[in-house]
Amino acid sequence: MSHETHVEVRTQAQYEYDKAHSKAHMRKQVVNFAIMIFLTFVAFASVVAGFPATFIAPVILLLAGIQVVLQLYAFMHLEDRSTHMVGVIEFFIWSGGFLAFTFFVAFTTIIWWG
Amino acid sequence: MSSVTQKKGFGAHVWDYLTTVDHKKIAIMYLAAGTLFFAIAGFEALLMRIQLMFPESTFISAGLFNELLTMHGTTMLFLAATPLLFAFMNAIVPLQIGARDVAFPFLNSLGFWLFFLGAIFLHLSFFLGGAPDAGWTSYASLSLYSPGHGIDFYILGLQISGAGTLISGINFIVTIITMRAPGMTFMRMPLFTWTSLVSSSLILFAFPPLTGGLFLMLVDRMFGANFFDHTMGGNTIIWEHLFWIFGHPEVYILVLPAFGLFSEIIPVFARKRLFGYSSMVFATILIGFLGFMVWAHHMFTVGLGSTANAIFAVATMAIAVPTGMKVFNWILTIWGGSIKVTVPMLYALGFIPSFVAGGVTGVMQATAPLDYQLHDSYFIVAHFHYVIVGGIVTALFGSAHFYWPIMFNRTLNHKLGVLTFWVFFIGFHLTFFLQHFLGLMGMPRRVFTYMGGQGWDLFNFISTIGAMMMGVGVVLLVVDVLLSIKSKPVNKRDYWGDGRSLEWAIETPLPFYNFKQTPLIRGYDPYWIEKEEGNKEGMVYAEPLGEIHMPNNSILPLVMSIGTFIAAFGALYSPWGDQVQAGTATGASPAVSLALIIGGLGLTIACMIIRSVKDDLGFHVTVKEIEKIEADLAHYRATGKKGGNK
Repeated sequence: MSHETHVEVRTQAQYEYDKAHSKAHMRKQVVNFAIMIFLTFVAFASVVAGFPATFIAPVILLLAGIQVVLQLYAFMHLEDRSTHMVGVIEFFIWSGGFLAFTFFVAFTTIIWWG
Repeated sequence: MSSVTQKKGFGAHVWDYLTTVDHKKIAIMYLAAGTLFFAIAGFEALLMRIQLMFPESTFISAGLFNELLTMHGTTMLFLAATPLLFAFMNAIVPLQIGARDVAFPFLNSLGFWLFFLGAIFLHLSFFLGGAPDAGWTSYASLSLYSPGHGIDFYILGLQISGAGTLISGINFIVTIITMRAPGMTFMRMPLFTWTSLVSSSLILFAFPPLTGGLFLMLVDRMFGANFFDHTMGGNTIIWEHLFWIFGHPEVYILVLPAFGLFSEIIPVFARKRLFGYSSMVFATILIGFLGFMVWAHHMFTVGLGSTANAIFAVATMAIAVPTGMKVFNWILTIWGGSIKVTVPMLYALGFIPSFVAGGVTGVMQATAPLDYQLHDSYFIVAHFHYVIVGGIVTALFGSAHFYWPIMFNRTLNHKLGVLTFWVFFIGFHLTFFLQHFLGLMGMPRRVFTYMGGQGWDLFNFISTIGAMMMGVGVVLLVVDVLLSIKSKPVNKRDYWGDGRSLEWAIETPLPFYNFKQTPLIRGYDPYWIEKEEGNKEGMVYAEPLGEIHMPNNSILPLVMSIGTFIAAFGALYSPWGDQVQAGTATGASPAVSLALIIGGLGLTIACMIIRSVKDDLGFHVTVKEIEKIEADLAHYRATGKKGGNK
């Protein structure tokens, strides 16, 4: 909680280990990003290709679900359990999820069905 | 190296403010910008009231009236109340939690500049072919067909300033959660910090629906999409939902910090610990949560069906419970206290009955069947002005007096303050109390004129007189501010003598690093505890005097915001826009439009890349420099002379 800067001296071995670690992490990010783009492409393509609506709707919803999970875990670091204040972060994410769910329920029941 | 005690030229001052990342200076910029837009929107309100003073008046035209009412609402909520509250959050929250700045000083500056340029963009509409004219809610069924560029200014201006607000909100969440001094547990945080935290969380969850809605409307209007166009398979009601999913939490975003400010003012002048602290915290969180569950009470008459209306009616009424808890806690804090009626306390005492009146009419409207009668009448106008003026504006005026010594090392005049309060407060009730009855008599809101002889004439006349009094009150406050520039510097801690929380423990003027050593918090109301124990320094320290790490100033936030500002013009003059194609608005050629969009966003992205690639690790203030600054400050406080080399 102190406001001083933490100066860390690292050995060459540590430095290389960290570098390899960041590199692996970066690769993971890029791969996840590519998957996201690909899933979005599939969603658009299925509409453009003119498949029947009964096929498109569930597929897009499924893809959306996968993207939400990817978003939370790959880009919002939900998988990184050791992060500082992970409890607070989770609290915010789940609150957001809960609110989004409420809006979803309201939209489906009173706009599209009602 | 900037220090309060050093003399600087005018140009250096301007450059300092353009590049600053210091929360105290950003607070001053928020305060100045917010006041400017508050004055503009207030002036718009006066013009409308003058038009409505007499039946069938021709002072302003119907079209201009629509523009004025839209800009009044939009400006007051997005560009006046929000930045003014951010001004106090910036100025006070880091001091209350014992931090040297916010968590992301760079983002703090970016948030301000985005807000400011978005606001300027919106106001340019007056000079570039007409302001938006579909109300601050800008319902799609109306705004999609509004000729000219007005609505486009609304969409793009709010998109930019909304991004700024979202950034600032996230910044405050992180600041309050991670930057608290040792010992400042959650349940020892002052109420203003608590309400800022909850309100920032609401910003985090409420602004994305607005951003999404605005984006859909942007592509609808400017690039030929049909999300809200029912003739093309869209659904116009979706805009209303998206808007109110944002819009209802928005009013809590504004009112919660106002509650927090009063929760700071009342214990100081009742000279008593805040009654029911933990229930206040609980009520704040509950209001924040329930704020998201009630948006459809703005849409009872849309025809959602009786089940939906009933659910939202009950949820709305439930909000009265935590709000009532707060009101009782304030009253019980005052009860039995040794009350000192200063100007801030006067505002607090005026706030309680006014806000309760606004709350009670709110519960009346929550009754869905009754709302069919009240909807779109002046009753609604009276209700939300009682909540916003009675709750938020009184908080802003009161805390301006309350925190002026900390923010500027000057004081606002007591006598003039009392006069301002009475003129403004009486004017406020005169304006809006009678509007309840105008609404019950059937006067619809948002009309530019009315026929005489329906029993509305006298009340409208009185209402306008009240509005003029409010205008005089605001002018008096501005005079007070101008006089304060020449008043004697305060140069001490705890100006009011009964300060309780940490911000009063620091001697003004504050050094740019706030605390030379991080304080140790030993309980709720830390400064009060230290005073009780006879600690002359106002705080105990958690660390020895050491180097302080501070952020560097940067011009990038301003340049980034200018980039979005340029891109907004590209989108505005898009040749693919509905209104351009219908011939009611001018468009640029595709090349110019695209060049502006790509060039503007390119500038923003280039700045982002510079910021990411170029390491900016800030600078360190050495112990020697700290001692020098502290000595200079002490010298300044003692003699009033600024030292340092020019």
